[in-house]
Amino acid sequence: MTALAASLRSDKGLAAGAGLVAFFIVMALVSVLWTPHGVAAIDVDARLAAPSFKHWLGTNHLGRDVLSMIMVGARTSIAVAFFAVGMGLLVGVPVGLLAAGTRGIIEDAVMRMSDVIFAFPAIILAILLAAVCGPGAINAVIAIGVFNIPVFARLTRGAALPIWTRAYVMSARTAGKNNFRISLEHVLPNILPVLIVQATVQFSLAVLAEAALSYVGLGAQPPAPSWGRMLAESQTMVSFAPWLAIFPGLAIFLFVFGLNLLGDGLRRRFDPHRIAGLI
Amino acid sequence: MSETIHINNLSLAIGGPPILDGVSLKVKPGEIVGLIGRSGSGKSMTALAMMGLAPRAATLSGEIAVGGENILALKEQALCDLRGRDIAMVFQEPMTALNPLQTIGAQVAEVFLAHEKISRAEAMEKARAALARAGLPEGEVSHSRRPHELSGGQRQRAGIAIAIALKPKVLIADEPTTALDVTTQAEILDLLRSLAKEDGSALLLITHDLAVVSHLCDRIAVMKDGRIVADEAADDFYASASSSLAKDFIPARVKRDPQAVRRTEVALKAENVSCDYVNAGGLFARPSVFRAVNNVSFEIRKGETLGLVGESGCGKSTLARALLALHPIAEGSMTLGGESFPAKDRAAMRRLRRKIQIVFQDPYSSFNPRQRVADIVTEPLHLFDQPLSAAQKRERAAALLDSVGLGADALDKYPHAFSGGQRQRIAIARALATDPDVIVLDEATSALDIASRNRVLDLLQSLSAARGVSLLFITHDLSVIRDIADRVMVMKDGKLLETGETARIFAEPETDYTRRLIAAAPVIKWRDAAGELNG
Repeated sequence: MTALAASLRSDKGLAAGAGLVAFFIVMALVSVLWTPHGVAAIDVDARLAAPSFKHWLGTNHLGRDVLSMIMVGARTSIAVAFFAVGMGLLVGVPVGLLAAGTRGIIEDAVMRMSDVIFAFPAIILAILLAAVCGPGAINAVIAIGVFNIPVFARLTRGAALPIWTRAYVMSARTAGKNNFRISLEHVLPNILPVLIVQATVQFSLAVLAEAALSYVGLGAQPPAPSWGRMLAESQTMVSFAPWLAIFPGLAIFLFVFGLNLLGDGLRRRFDPHRIAGLI
Repeated sequence: MSETIHINNLSLAIGGPPILDGVSLKVKPGEIVGLIGRSGSGKSMTALAMMGLAPRAATLSGEIAVGGENILALKEQALCDLRGRDIAMVFQEPMTALNPLQTIGAQVAEVFLAHEKISRAEAMEKARAALARAGLPEGEVSHSRRPHELSGGQRQRAGIAIAIALKPKVLIADEPTTALDVTTQAEILDLLRSLAKEDGSALLLITHDLAVVSHLCDRIAVMKDGRIVADEAADDFYASASSSLAKDFIPARVKRDPQAVRRTEVALKAENVSCDYVNAGGLFARPSVFRAVNNVSFEIRKGETLGLVGESGCGKSTLARALLALHPIAEGSMTLGGESFPAKDRAAMRRLRRKIQIVFQDPYSSFNPRQRVADIVTEPLHLFDQPLSAAQKRERAAALLDSVGLGADALDKYPHAFSGGQRQRIAIARALATDPDVIVLDEATSALDIASRNRVLDLLQSLSAARGVSLLFITHDLSVIRDIADRVMVMKDGKLLETGETARIFAEPETDYTRRLIAAAPVIKWRDAAGELNG
């Protein structure tokens, strides 16, 4: 814990990223218990109200409070990204470990399948998937998650291969451990830092993807608010109610920015070359 | 001042405690000084400071004068002019010191172009001469080759050609032969000596292995914990060779009991074993097969120490892996305690694996950096069918560490907390966990400095005597096994050239190759005041 505190103090980028991400997570958690106004509540008298003391970030054309919607929208955004990246990790990492551990035909199969998935433009296929299976948060998770699988499968295999040549893996084999146990006990713990860094980066991409899907109406469905759809709904009113576009846009920007800072910071922290250079 | 190198009260620290602490050293023109010390004693840092290459974060105090110039006061541009012209360095690992994309001719010419106003053609001409001086005449080795097309010894010669190109006043060689075979070692050292004498350069030879440089040096300086603790003429140093100081750098002669009982029981037997590396080929390439081990037959008797010697690339490590069923055997067969190994049956395999364990060369990649020592040494217990409780495991781990001379406080530490020698002890403890009949030591002491090596050899010696475990000691350095092996096998190009009692092999080697290995093995020799070679 003290090591973590020390690296937060010494690395301003990492600290800023962690702070921004923590801010949005806290906001999402708070929204479960409290929002300034009911998120579905309609204040007919104050439709399209500019930011004021009553509605800090203004209201939309139905009179819903923008701040409340952004807070609840953070929940959607984080949940979809979390499960999508989780799906990529849960499927991709074991597949990558399997490929590195067995080599041969399984490895070839895994890598070529990854190539095939990579060959598709991800976001367009996600739209197609959501369009075929119907819109909704769960389908968004699946659509985004599918493209996270080969990312993690490839990364895991690439990071695991050099570990397999280490003497301690050979020792484990002379101790009679099979490939499964070696992958779990020796390979995975040593590639974990790489996976954590990549997961952060994929998380930010998933937030963007979720926003894009919602923007075209294939993400979470109304009345559940979502940043992407708030943007979409605002576009005809930007000229006279710019806050409708500015605030959800700012939320997406700051959250993704924070995640990227966090990812870069973690990369710096875990980079063995940097650590070696300090000695 | 008449000294080419004059270091006075040099101290260096990076943040914490000083790495160099009041180092003073003088070297005269044409003098060869051996700077010896265990790993981490500060000898390489001294060399870097002399080149003006100390890490940026370092704070230095004191004086370094090279050829009259005060290194610490010079600006970077002046240092650049100085490096190569007045002071040059030969590095340990020529593969990383040379640029892989440039031909060796161009790399030597680079030195001339950087320091002299001459045309590229003239520089290439001078480079040819420099390479020829370093023993790579154009006629024998094309100067348009790139580093990967050269052998290790040739690469180091190219590195030396770069260093001596401008006949610098000071030549620093930092462990110049550690990465090389014994036979090449001797040639490279003789080359360095003769070049330094010809040019009248001061040569500073940095090493942890006194035997390697002993006969070259006029003077020996010993570094310990960032200080020079001895600085004497070579004669005086060896005269007090029994001192505790010298002991750290002189390979110990281990006393081995003459065998009272003739050992006849066979622990491991290999018959006509061959191993291949198969390059799978691809869509457009045919698969190719390289035979690394070719028709090898031998046996290890119970309780004996068998040496396996050969230069790198001779197939000895592949053979070691095959013996542990880590590499498939293409032809031939093996038995372990009379049973066929590797066994097809999984249960039998688990039982047999307990009988043979291995210690690897590199103490840094031998352990999972994220495991604690207690888990590391008990890993082979996985081979037993009854799982042990956590408390039992800890107890076993403590007992194993105790048998290699490490305390129970090591149990909860991670491998990075240990020195190279301690790590090899941990590796030996791990190999002992299943109480095996045979332990294979694959260059297990090659990465250690002499003091640690002596201690590890002592430990192995006593373990083999106490437990009756057979040791297969694989090394490229004959001097290491001279005292501890009962029998020696010599391997070349995948084949066993000869096998015999150690004394017999050393006294009457059958093949020229063995004779060459023996001649090249470093032994402490020195010139006395009259110039006579002692040993």
